[in-house]
Amino acid sequence: MNNLAITKIVSFLLLILAQGLVLNHINFLGYINPFIYILFILTYPTSNNRVLFLFLSFLLGLCVDIFSDSGGVHAAASVFLAYARPPMLKFSFGMLYDHQGIKFNQSEFGSFITYVTIGVVTHHLVLFSLEFFNFSEIIELLKKVVFSSIFTIIVCLITNIIFSRKRR
Amino acid sequence: MQQIINFVLRNKTFLMFMLLFGLSIALTIQNHDYHRSKFLNSANFISGSLFETKFSITQYFGLKKDNELLIEENKNLRSQLLNQTQTEVISTSDSVNISGNYVIYSAQVYKNSYASNNNYLTINKGSKDGISQDFGVFTSKGIIGIIDATTNGYSRVQSILNIKSRINAQIKNSSHIGSLRWNAKSAQIVQMVDVSKFAPVKNGDTIITGGQSTIFPKGILIGVINKINLDPGGDTYSIDVELFNDMTNIGHVYVVENKDSKEIKSLEIDNE
Repeated sequence: MNNLAITKIVSFLLLILAQGLVLNHINFLGYINPFIYILFILTYPTSNNRVLFLFLSFLLGLCVDIFSDSGGVHAAASVFLAYARPPMLKFSFGMLYDHQGIKFNQSEFGSFITYVTIGVVTHHLVLFSLEFFNFSEIIELLKKVVFSSIFTIIVCLITNIIFSRKRR
Repeated sequence: MQQIINFVLRNKTFLMFMLLFGLSIALTIQNHDYHRSKFLNSANFISGSLFETKFSITQYFGLKKDNELLIEENKNLRSQLLNQTQTEVISTSDSVNISGNYVIYSAQVYKNSYASNNNYLTINKGSKDGISQDFGVFTSKGIIGIIDATTNGYSRVQSILNIKSRINAQIKNSSHIGSLRWNAKSAQIVQMVDVSKFAPVKNGDTIITGGQSTIFPKGILIGVINKINLDPGGDTYSIDVELFNDMTNIGHVYVVENKDSKEIKSLEIDNE
């Protein structure tokens, strides 16, 4: 048990509690909620055991699902995001990713914003498609994806700035 | 055999992804089905007690409003009682007429949601208090939903703001019936469909629960007619109903049990 593992476990539990007890009940403008629990998936160390990472993402999504009574939509979206993460990293950080081991709190802030934006939009698209389960209301779906994404990105970036100690 | 093992080892990430993604999709599909969504809901021990802790902290913020609501309800009930003994007739106001075969429980809402398409509430009474599936839930202002899963100490309520909900309703002064649904557009408006075109409907009419379901007693308030649309077929209306309840702000609720529901249901099965 090293320091990093303990930090990750604590953040896992804290994010679930924050999401289930507080952030699911914000309902800004009636229906917009931020889903910051995906910050766990986004900032998971890059040189990792991918099978374990997928399983942890699934577990995280499932816990959020239990709190919000939504079947398995958060679990599906989290697993999808975890699986689709390497191409996103490659796109946003370029060369850095090829050398393995990006330190998220030491990377360039611009690339980090790109990375979070792509990740959040992908996650929300899967999430709301499964929640609606119905492509006849595609306008409603896209509206929800766009507004919730904006809210989530802002909250994610703020949380990241507050909790990462060293940033260049 | 060796090759199969090699294949699994080589593609273990992809296979793991497919397995977990498939599992999540299966859970999602299962949740779209009313009588099967019993596992994995917020009425379990862990999330239930977490919601309870949260409630014990936040309950003080709404005490004044809760008291006002209770005083208002007491006032209505008391005036009904006094009028009844004086004139010896059953008052014809918007009263909830509950006869002897209904049992009422009171409960507190721990978790409420109204922003998604499938909304659920979690309440603090469960099977150890006598609550079970298919009991109705309402407040002094109108209906909330139907119990859809219970554990020992908590229950989950399928809100009327859920695209799966179907509740029997009728127009108060004409007893034409319809079915109450929700199109996920607004938390104040629900839709009443399949109302006969011979029904005399106009804006502002009251909608109450009909006596045809075994879940709710007849006459619990729902809302008022907001907008009337004739269906493309031309035979039925679908009506937008504005709810009396503010579904975004619910504290105390009542759970109603129909003691005759088993008998009525067994009769209906015999007929088939």
